[in-house]
Amino acid sequence: MAYVARKIPFVGTPETNPETKPFFEGAAAGKLMVRRCTSCKKVHHYPRELCPFCFSDCAWEQASGKAKIYTISIMERANPPYAIGYVTLAEGPSVLTNFVDCDFKALKIGQDVTVKFIQTEGEGPSLPFFTPA
Amino acid sequence: MSLRGAAYIAGAWEHPTRKAPDKSIALLHAECARGALADAGLTKDDVDGYFCAGDAPGGLGPLSMVDYMNLKCRHVDSTDVGGSSYQVAVGHAMEAIAAGRCSVALITLSGRPRSEGQATGTAPRPGNPAAPEMQFEFPYGPATANLYGMCAQRHMYEYGTTSEQLAWIKVAASHHAQYNEHAMLRNVVTVEDVVSSPIVSTPLHRLDCCVISDGGGALILTRPEIAKSLKRPLVKVIGVGESPKHQAGGEIDLTFTAARWSGPPAWEMAGIKPSDIKYASIYDSFTITVLMQLEDLGFCEKGQGGKFVSDGNLISGVGKLPFNTDGGGLCSNHPANRGGITKIIEAVRQLRGEAHPKVQVPNCDLAIAHGTGGALGTRHCGSTVILERE
Repeated sequence: MAYVARKIPFVGTPETNPETKPFFEGAAAGKLMVRRCTSCKKVHHYPRELCPFCFSDCAWEQASGKAKIYTISIMERANPPYAIGYVTLAEGPSVLTNFVDCDFKALKIGQDVTVKFIQTEGEGPSLPFFTPA
Repeated sequence: MSLRGAAYIAGAWEHPTRKAPDKSIALLHAECARGALADAGLTKDDVDGYFCAGDAPGGLGPLSMVDYMNLKCRHVDSTDVGGSSYQVAVGHAMEAIAAGRCSVALITLSGRPRSEGQATGTAPRPGNPAAPEMQFEFPYGPATANLYGMCAQRHMYEYGTTSEQLAWIKVAASHHAQYNEHAMLRNVVTVEDVVSSPIVSTPLHRLDCCVISDGGGALILTRPEIAKSLKRPLVKVIGVGESPKHQAGGEIDLTFTAARWSGPPAWEMAGIKPSDIKYASIYDSFTITVLMQLEDLGFCEKGQGGKFVSDGNLISGVGKLPFNTDGGGLCSNHPANRGGITKIIEAVRQLRGEAHPKVQVPNCDLAIAHGTGGALGTRHCGSTVILERE
């Protein structure tokens, strides 16, 4: 089942939220930005100012963009169908995403994937998607 | 002090409608309230505590509904954790009754997503833009069916669970639904029927999914001495537990549900174990929901759910654990997209000996009603209620 581009909806105004603004600025520049705790050193997702593991402050860093598929579900009822899943980033956390530029049926849990940025509809912000490495 | 037995379910009523385009949601709530009060042998004026969740119409929790029904309450609670809210409400009502905050607690659920044409499982619904996760999830199309599909896919990967095993859950529900005159889907189906129905979101088929229905239900909880003064069989609340599960900062494990955490306190309070249970109401938004909750509640080992549900083990009169004998969400109804209260109502019917004779469990003295609200694929709440016929 081949990937067909769909309109990606977006709700919200990230430019007005300092907590997550660097994530979207990074995405616009083709960089996957994540938060790492300055105290416990763990990376989390989605990005927060306070570390969700220890409530210490976090710093931004660019992730490698490399990940493995944790799970996948192909929404065949949608038109066009799309493939949602979680990928586990090389840096640690698993993130919700869609798979693009691939045959959905060939995707396997554990497979290596790499990030690709796609702009959301209506001149919206870019977001990270994943495609087979 | 343990809350075990601090409250009894004195009234339970399920709305017979499955499609109600001519009724407001407020009216459906009120009809359910009237039905449960009549079932208990109590009146509106006896109610002094009201419990509802996000399906109650109006902006401020319980306020519109207590106004509409003209209830004089000294305690209200509108904890909203989706379809699990009503098991949570049973626990909260028991706590409030034990603390003397109210004596007769009314819990209602109603809604009409079917009349409103809602594509509950397949169309992503944006929530409040202020929800911190919204911008990191909604663009990826998290509809209900694919959020559960992701759990099923991972469970299959880790434990070898199959679509045929999941199908047995629907088969069992359909065997029960054939006797429920109000059920939306009364045809008995086979494993082959389920796995050959169209894929909605892999690996879930159409028949792995619950129905979309209008309707509702209500419960009356009360103090032991009031319950014993009424004419209905005594159904005692002996165990409750509630717990949310979420994405944990990205440390995700989709192979288990919050039942892993809501179950143990309920079992401990009840002082019984899963093998003591005669009847189980298990939230069935999808077949995979049932399978994972059965594992997490301890009815079988983790990863063995597929084997446990196979070969009719959930069919009343056939298997070891009769479940959802009204047909459940998979076949009967899923009012307001929230199946928690109907799970409790069917458990009460079983304990009273008032289930359909074809599905009534003999000597049914211990039952569980477990709810899941939200989505297993992102964040949800599990809530467990254990009941005993006295």
